[in-house]
Amino acid sequence: MIETHALGKIFKDKKRGPIRAVDGVTFRCQPGEIYGLLGANGAGKTTTLRMLATILRPTSGTAKVAGFDLLEQPQQVRGHVGFLSTATALYGRLTAQEMVEYFGRLHGMANDVLAKRIDELFGALDMQDFRKRRCDKLSTGMKQKVSIARTLVHDPPVMIFDEPTLGLDVMMARTIVDFIRQCRERGKTVIFSTHVMSEAEKLCDRIGIIHAGVLLAEGTLGQLRERYRQPDLEEIFVHVAEGGK
Amino acid sequence: MSWRSIGIVYRKELIDSLRDRRTVISMIVIPVLAMPLLTVGIGYLSVSLIARARREVSRIMVLGGADSPGVVDALRGTEKIELAPESPDFATQLENKQIRAAVEIPPGFEAALKGSDSPTVTIFYYEDETRSDIAVERLNAFFNHLKGATVQQRLVAHDLPPGLAQPFEILSKNAVSPEKLFGNRFGAIIPYFIILLCMTGAMYPAMDLTAGEKERGTMETILCSPVPRTGLVIGKFLMVLTASLATAALALVSMAFSVVVVLQSKGVLDGPEGLRMAVHATSVFGVFAMILPIAMLMSLVMLTISLFAKSFREAQSYLSPMTIVVIFPAIFSMLPGVELNAKTALVPILNTSLVSKEILAGTFHWNYIVLIFASTCVYAALAMVAAVRMFNREEVLFRN
Repeated sequence: MIETHALGKIFKDKKRGPIRAVDGVTFRCQPGEIYGLLGANGAGKTTTLRMLATILRPTSGTAKVAGFDLLEQPQQVRGHVGFLSTATALYGRLTAQEMVEYFGRLHGMANDVLAKRIDELFGALDMQDFRKRRCDKLSTGMKQKVSIARTLVHDPPVMIFDEPTLGLDVMMARTIVDFIRQCRERGKTVIFSTHVMSEAEKLCDRIGIIHAGVLLAEGTLGQLRERYRQPDLEEIFVHVAEGGK
Repeated sequence: MSWRSIGIVYRKELIDSLRDRRTVISMIVIPVLAMPLLTVGIGYLSVSLIARARREVSRIMVLGGADSPGVVDALRGTEKIELAPESPDFATQLENKQIRAAVEIPPGFEAALKGSDSPTVTIFYYEDETRSDIAVERLNAFFNHLKGATVQQRLVAHDLPPGLAQPFEILSKNAVSPEKLFGNRFGAIIPYFIILLCMTGAMYPAMDLTAGEKERGTMETILCSPVPRTGLVIGKFLMVLTASLATAALALVSMAFSVVVVLQSKGVLDGPEGLRMAVHATSVFGVFAMILPIAMLMSLVMLTISLFAKSFREAQSYLSPMTIVVIFPAIFSMLPGVELNAKTALVPILNTSLVSKEILAGTFHWNYIVLIFASTCVYAALAMVAAVRMFNREEVLFRN
């Protein structure tokens, strides 16, 4: 489960002064649920998710991820989270198998358990043909599969996806979307950020609309439609972002 | 933070780096091939060229000497000397290397030798030109011999004993041990080389493991892992240190091997005129022990600076001036009068250069050795704290 409490982040900029990237964001995501964080570029989605993955430290507020406190137990949080974004690249000089093994070992997995898990993942993701191939020689689709295997190797209860389909072709984006659904089916807590409305509509159980670092609206798609009396998510998003009540 | 996770990070960085062509070139190819080629190769080439110049005949012009045919004929008959026809443009011919030297024999030279006058023979040459220097050497040998013979003739003519003009002989003999000799000749240059090699070996991996990771987008990936940032820094640091020490060790072994092979092939190591130098294994290990903390310090400083950079290219521009910072104290240690004392023992790089020089000469100043080792370890520990702090600064990690 993910529970945030007034999560905030201020970046210091020499030219522009302090920038409030995330401001008092509070939400909750249950196991077996996909929570979509919807926002335009620069809305604060990535910063929020980076804080949940303990890559960034909140300036104010805190959160509990899989029962661990972000500020007090960051190492345990990382041990229970799988984080995937377009910025999480692969080590090009390692093979697909070495890449996944490396992260499995860093998560403290024993060799025999790790070997079994890798066989299982590489089979499920249809990666056997390129398991010994270096990551820099793989196609974009293959790389994305290796990244998925990397995030799943330690079987984390919480999955965080930061715009995972950004820049991917339709087929590859579909694979990722299917994979996110599977995570929900397996009872994982899934948080997913996007600015693609159709993806959010298809995938998310609940949606949070974030704008200028503030979580402006939250609910199921049905609840949001009813509350804002708009036909689709895009209209709801524009309405909320423009300050509509 | 566990040593297991540090070991995992280190192992991965090692595999990753050894698969990188640029790291392999800087860590293995350059020290093993380029360093011996640059040092021993150039030395061997210059020795060969000088030997070839010595085998050649020196073309010399005699200016004057018409009334001293005996001297001119004797010069003509001297081995490896060939006389060129006299010409007023001898200076131009010297410049154009048509002749290697010109010797001016004053009028009445031969006659003066028979009397008691002291005429002056002038030798014109091309300063710092190897073949001209050899010609001057040959002319000096000829005229010194003639001078000696003339002194003897004059003594005989005056019924004086031949030893009169030579009241005593001077014999200079080396009285220091071969270790001291080695330390004095190479003690300053070897630590300088080792420190420079440690730095060049560490530079590329330091940039690749920090700025390179940022540029390739793998920094965020590794930050998602449960390894604490201190563990990541230590793992990366150990890899940079490995590269640094491996580069220095490989270059030294390779250069030592090349020197021995070249000298053996030339017979320089054998016989009474052989190279009377030696270095004890204890001294070599001593130098490496002293190099360890300075290699740690340099690796950490480079890692910290590179981490600040957004890209590999930016890291290169930050680290390039560091070469001067490292070379300057190392060169300073080679200057005459710069000695090991309580003050110099606290200056990083300079202290290691100075103490290594002493160790190679077989002198172990234990008080300074302890002080230098401890102070450099303290500097390295401070650099480690700086590196960890830098790795915890979000504005540095996500500068791009």
